[in-house]
Amino acid sequence: MSLFNIFNVAGSGMSAQAQRLNATASNLANADSVTDASGKAYRAKQVVFESVPIDGGSTAVKVAQVVEDPSPLKQQYDPKNPMADEKGYVSMPNVNVVDEMVNMLSASRSYQNNVETMNAAKTMLLKTLTIGQ
Amino acid sequence: MVSKLDDYLRFNEAALGLRSQRQQVLASNIANADTPNYKARDIDFASALKGAMSNTPAPGSLATTSPQHQQAVASGNALADGTPVLYRQNAQGSADNNTVDMDVERNQFADNAVRYEAGITMLNHQIRNLMAAIQGGQ
Repeated sequence: MSLFNIFNVAGSGMSAQAQRLNATASNLANADSVTDASGKAYRAKQVVFESVPIDGGSTAVKVAQVVEDPSPLKQQYDPKNPMADEKGYVSMPNVNVVDEMVNMLSASRSYQNNVETMNAAKTMLLKTLTIGQ
Repeated sequence: MVSKLDDYLRFNEAALGLRSQRQQVLASNIANADTPNYKARDIDFASALKGAMSNTPAPGSLATTSPQHQQAVASGNALADGTPVLYRQNAQGSADNNTVDMDVERNQFADNAVRYEAGITMLNHQIRNLMAAIQGGQ
């Protein structure tokens, strides 16, 4: 029954978008984290989506990997900060707050689209059960 | 007699089968709206239905003349019945080479869902007509 496959496809989309939203939440929460357990500044994390063909000719989506943003850390002049180097600069996280807000909106809308896909498939399945009644 | 019943219901049955397959393809497009390099896909519903009704196998499907022959299975480029899954022409490009246009996909998804439900209503009426004929108006 191919309509049940829509639950798998939309479900994979929802979990992928939820992971993306999770990464965005981590980035925004750590936008000012100057140091972590290893003593380095936080680097922005991004998820990479990949399409996965599944049975019945449809295509699900999954998170292939989570990558760290390789762009340089922001240098902020703050000689009183205990994390400052000998020249008085502190390495701040390379989180771009504007990018993250856009990512958050995009992930949220895509998630909603998948939810509605799933609801439509459910309505169609329930309607199918009424055949012959 | 049974084959007459089958012929009577076959059109809507084939249409519903194709509608549900198409819904699945459209759901894949919506789920992959943010996947880099994903290409939006769709089937040509009219020609697929024509192929299903004329009993001629769709182009690209395997003919099986022995029970030991392999049955065709759904692949990336065709549904299980051999209907080719085509690529959608996109109106405007995107930076990540993804060709899903969410407006088009949502539109087609809603349209397909309504037509599916219309097919079920039609099938229900056919069954009701059959029941009326069987019971002779009692």
